[in-house]
Amino acid sequence: MIGQKEIYETIQMLDEQHLDIRTITMGISLYDCADPDIDAACDKIYEKVTKRAKDLVPVGEQIEKEYGIDIVNKRISVTPISFIAAASKSKDYVKFAKTLDKAAKEVGVNFIGGYSALVQKGFSDSDRVLIDSIPEALAKTQKVCSSVNLASTRSGINMDAVKQMGKIIKDAANLTASQGGLACAKLVVFANAPDDNPFMAGAFHGPGEAECVINVGVSGPGVVRRALEKRPNADLGHVAETIKKAAFKITRMGQLVAVEASKRLGAEFGIVDLSLAPTPAVGDSVAEILQEMGLEYAGAHGSTAALAMLNDAVKKGGLMASSHVGGLSGAFIPVSEDNGMIQAVCKGALSIEKLEAMTSVCSVGLDMIVIPGDTPNETISAIIADEMAIGVINNKTTAVRIIPAPGLKVGDTVEFGGLLGSGPVMAVNPFGNAAFINRGGRIPAPVHSMRN
Amino acid sequence: MKAIITVIGMDRVGIIANVSNVLMNASVNIEDISQTIMQGYFMMYMLVDLSKMEISFEELSGKLNEKGKELEMQIRIQKEEIFKAMHTI
Repeated sequence: MIGQKEIYETIQMLDEQHLDIRTITMGISLYDCADPDIDAACDKIYEKVTKRAKDLVPVGEQIEKEYGIDIVNKRISVTPISFIAAASKSKDYVKFAKTLDKAAKEVGVNFIGGYSALVQKGFSDSDRVLIDSIPEALAKTQKVCSSVNLASTRSGINMDAVKQMGKIIKDAANLTASQGGLACAKLVVFANAPDDNPFMAGAFHGPGEAECVINVGVSGPGVVRRALEKRPNADLGHVAETIKKAAFKITRMGQLVAVEASKRLGAEFGIVDLSLAPTPAVGDSVAEILQEMGLEYAGAHGSTAALAMLNDAVKKGGLMASSHVGGLSGAFIPVSEDNGMIQAVCKGALSIEKLEAMTSVCSVGLDMIVIPGDTPNETISAIIADEMAIGVINNKTTAVRIIPAPGLKVGDTVEFGGLLGSGPVMAVNPFGNAAFINRGGRIPAPVHSMRN
Repeated sequence: MKAIITVIGMDRVGIIANVSNVLMNASVNIEDISQTIMQGYFMMYMLVDLSKMEISFEELSGKLNEKGKELEMQIRIQKEEIFKAMHTI
């Protein structure tokens, strides 16, 4: 029998340290739903998604009860819609978004991702229609998430797309102005987007994926923080060891749930995403881990080093705990979804520039950052371009999910509610970049040797 | 199929008797049992075998939950695999 100490440890992780499975995401291929008739294509998509994901929520709830662990989100990702919609030659892709929204509501998931296009090297006609439709699609639906891959280490950066996304993000914010620009919380742009990411808003079912897969994202910043709390005087080598052990245990839980869910749902087990995903709840914060390591607030000098170690230790601990690792895998540093990050911004400890530096050593990128609503389109594009460059040069995934909150200025706060939290409006560098962004074109793929 | 029942709360008379009674009525066999005081709380753990259980897992979980409310303790049942996954390689 497992010892009392181990049982107690597990119970404490679940009860007090917010350990949960953040998401079970079912990836569904929609290749067989393409049709020259847009209505027929939408019918096929609705039927396939609702049929395939019919049991996703009940099975998730069953697993929660049997193992006594919360599964916070049950979600769906689909093949990027720009692939599937291409056959229809339609200009009205919002119909596809509405179809996905309806299907998501029918099966009871909280988000469906894949209103997406992959344009790292160039646009197909379908990509253009899809990207143009993103603001309206997100404003007219509740559950649909959209993502666009703008860059990759192999292809470089599509700066025409970067330029366009600055405008699209602004338009999406303005169409949902009464909700603080909420549509932008459902829209993310990537460099090196993973095909098997279970987390929103960036989840889509990549082109090389199987017919139907289950990807699981774990979470447990509270567990890591508590483990460190017990070792206040340990040197950083020992801190890394402690994080690895905590990450191992968290990930083992994810692996168990992923295997069990895929078996019960008749889907393939895809990956476990080794993530530290914070929520606005107190004690469920990545920033608080950095504070536990000895920084006054996230963003203080030393934050990049601390985060680099945290991210690496999470991966090292998690890798052996799961048979297939993928997705974004690492520590997330969203601002609005992390209480410690919000505090750091309010105290003036954390700026966009420091966040950008931190994203070069952690899992994703500039995430859930609220900026003034009057930020020029070109500046948003330039923020994206910087982040894409970090991803492309360092051969990693980076992303930008930024919200230019209409009518708001630095010092204001936007309430999104739920897991999306609330975001203080952050200052952006006011100096111009329009001439750079308006050049367009492609930044070539980087050299892969001489890596200094 | 095995599961672990944990009972956490203030110590009182009849905890084991009450929980065992629920298990007996559901034909659930207790294979191991231990109790301790940890950080001021009474804790009891039971390893139980559910292979001859006459009700569903969900029903048993519900009955234990009700009993917990009656005793003012937290009683939960979880499949053993979650503990094994986390603490053994």
